[in-house]
Amino acid sequence: MRAAFERRRHLVDFAVGSLARHPTKNLGLVVTYALVVFLVGSVMLYGSAIRREAAAMLSSGPEITAQAMVMGRHDMSTSADVAALKGLRGVRRIEPRLWGYLWDSAGAANYTLMVPPPSDAAHAVGKGEAIVGEGVARARKLKPGAMLFLVSPSGKFLKTRVKSILSSDSALVSSDLVLVEEADFRAFFELPADVWTDVAITVTNPREVTTVAEKAALKLPRHRFVTRADMSRTAEALFSWREGLTLALLAGALVAFAILAFDKASGLSAEERREIGILKAIGWETGDVIALKLVEGGLVSGVAFLVGVIGAWAHVRFFAAGLFAPVLEGWSTLYPRFPLAPSIDALEIATLAALTVAPFTAAILVPVWRTATADPDAVMR
Amino acid sequence: MITLEQVTKVFNQGRHNEVAAVRGVDLTIGDGRVTVLRGPSGSGKTTLLTVIGCLARPTTGRIRIDGEMVSGLPERFLNEVRRRTFGFVFQRFNLIRGLSARDNVMLPAYPTGRPHRALIDQAEGLLDRFGLADRASLSVEHLSGGEAQRVAIARALINDPAVIVADEPTASLDGERVAQFLAIAEDLKRAGKTVLITSHDPRITAAPLVDALVTMADGRIVEASP
Amino acid sequence: MTARRTSRSPRGSTLAAIAVGSLVSLAVGLFAAASNDDPQPRRVRAAELVAALALSDVALFGEARYTRNPSLADLHSAFQDGPASLEHFPTGSLVAAPRAFPAGRLEAGKE
Repeated sequence: MRAAFERRRHLVDFAVGSLARHPTKNLGLVVTYALVVFLVGSVMLYGSAIRREAAAMLSSGPEITAQAMVMGRHDMSTSADVAALKGLRGVRRIEPRLWGYLWDSAGAANYTLMVPPPSDAAHAVGKGEAIVGEGVARARKLKPGAMLFLVSPSGKFLKTRVKSILSSDSALVSSDLVLVEEADFRAFFELPADVWTDVAITVTNPREVTTVAEKAALKLPRHRFVTRADMSRTAEALFSWREGLTLALLAGALVAFAILAFDKASGLSAEERREIGILKAIGWETGDVIALKLVEGGLVSGVAFLVGVIGAWAHVRFFAAGLFAPVLEGWSTLYPRFPLAPSIDALEIATLAALTVAPFTAAILVPVWRTATADPDAVMR
Repeated sequence: MITLEQVTKVFNQGRHNEVAAVRGVDLTIGDGRVTVLRGPSGSGKTTLLTVIGCLARPTTGRIRIDGEMVSGLPERFLNEVRRRTFGFVFQRFNLIRGLSARDNVMLPAYPTGRPHRALIDQAEGLLDRFGLADRASLSVEHLSGGEAQRVAIARALINDPAVIVADEPTASLDGERVAQFLAIAEDLKRAGKTVLITSHDPRITAAPLVDALVTMADGRIVEASP
Repeated sequence: MTARRTSRSPRGSTLAAIAVGSLVSLAVGLFAAASNDDPQPRRVRAAELVAALALSDVALFGEARYTRNPSLADLHSAFQDGPASLEHFPTGSLVAAPRAFPAGRLEAGKE
């Protein structure tokens, strides 16, 4: 037992010595390896952190949103539509919403203008007042009390005073919001008094969402009904494409890495072959030699993997995946700044390990096996 | 006792560059004796040495070590025989560059799992015995030829093998070093080891400690005494 | 002999254990330090805002209707210039189209 342990420890001793004898090569390998793990790991951690964050926040979104459709396009709901929904059984609250997009040439960004529902006392705004999201405040350099001028597509002005700025806690969902009073909104977009963007429906029994949506659909056949489940499905899909795309880009790096690993391993240098021959000639077993090379490879990949994962985690946790910002933000001027809490998920880590450690180990094992099972004399000369 | 029966070794068999390095050798190597294989370069003595030392398998023929047939063993069993029976001193020493003399000496004992501390003591004891105590921590590429050879001998001895095999041990040594090597060989013989040496160096072949002299030419034994 | 021994560098296995051990403890330390600030209160505050304003989507990509509010975008908006048109916005390739047709609409169509 003791001897077996000591034997393994000796192998590790020798493996570390071998690595140290080729510092440039092995350091280069660790750095490349860690970089690959870092990049792939950052993408995975970032995607899952955002999805988790979005799912947690949107879990309290409207249970059903009713949206009028005309010729496949989104249309306004009328007061009559709202009234029709009011009589439905199982509905607790009907809240018609007013919101819309505004291209702001001054901030070079799209805002989401919105009227806070009357039920929301915390965000009540008076005439000529506005509450803005974190991204809008950042783009227009706004502080509470500052003036915010908006120009409508038809050239109308809206002059508002910033009442407050939404907490950056909620930036992920509120970064581009501008909350204004209803009369201001209607005047700005020249909307008649009896139309609404869509209708948020709260049901009494959450398990009856589908039933209520079906009944509502019978009453308002021109509307479509988006449930909270649909929304969370959309949120789940978020970044899965993106991740795939980034991973596709990273695949190039992975391939390069595989080539490097294969080259390192399959091209056992003359010196490495000679060393294997010597070790065998002086009494090492084939298994010892293979174990030695696996320990070497394991140390390289283990250290690099740890460095890469820690780096990726810190990148996402403390720098909000800053290196990817240009890719992620696309053309979004108001891309929210928000803290992310990546969590270490066993399955994700295992996937990452399988993507990186497995090819490396395989690339080491095969040539070493071939060399180590040959006659030492043939290998040494 | 090592016995060889009709041992041949053919390299690159069946190809255009086929070479028969050893052709039908019968030989008995007695325990506790110093046996020297002599012959010009290319006579097959080094190849015969590697075959006897289980570094390469003979193409045909039988080799027995203490009655146990080893010539048919697959490589994974030969490892064990090699470690138990032989200590090798190669012509170019085959030390591992970048490792200290001490680490090189300890290397063959790693798979035995003996405690690290005991191995260090043993290795340093051997180096001390060969006058290399102050060289123990030095990386082997900084050693002179004679020093490197003595490190190689120390390495061959660490597992306390029954047979010490040395290939052309004096090829690059001056007179004083040769005397030193012979003294070590004498010591080993006194300790009851079997010593097997290849050499065409008259300083070795004519040395009084040599018990048996085997002369080879063109892969065959042309003369064996006694 | 003793002096020589003390000058010897530590065993490779010790170094390896120290390296791997310190990396693991660095990882554990970082995670522990970061877990001190719990994201839950922040998420709860954000969820309250979502509930109060009945928000439907994350505000990540504001460049188009279907990237800002993918769950409320009509199904054709990504292809508003023609069903075979190439995606116009970079993020459009990153936000998936809704996976399922919204519930209720298909049922309404059947009846």
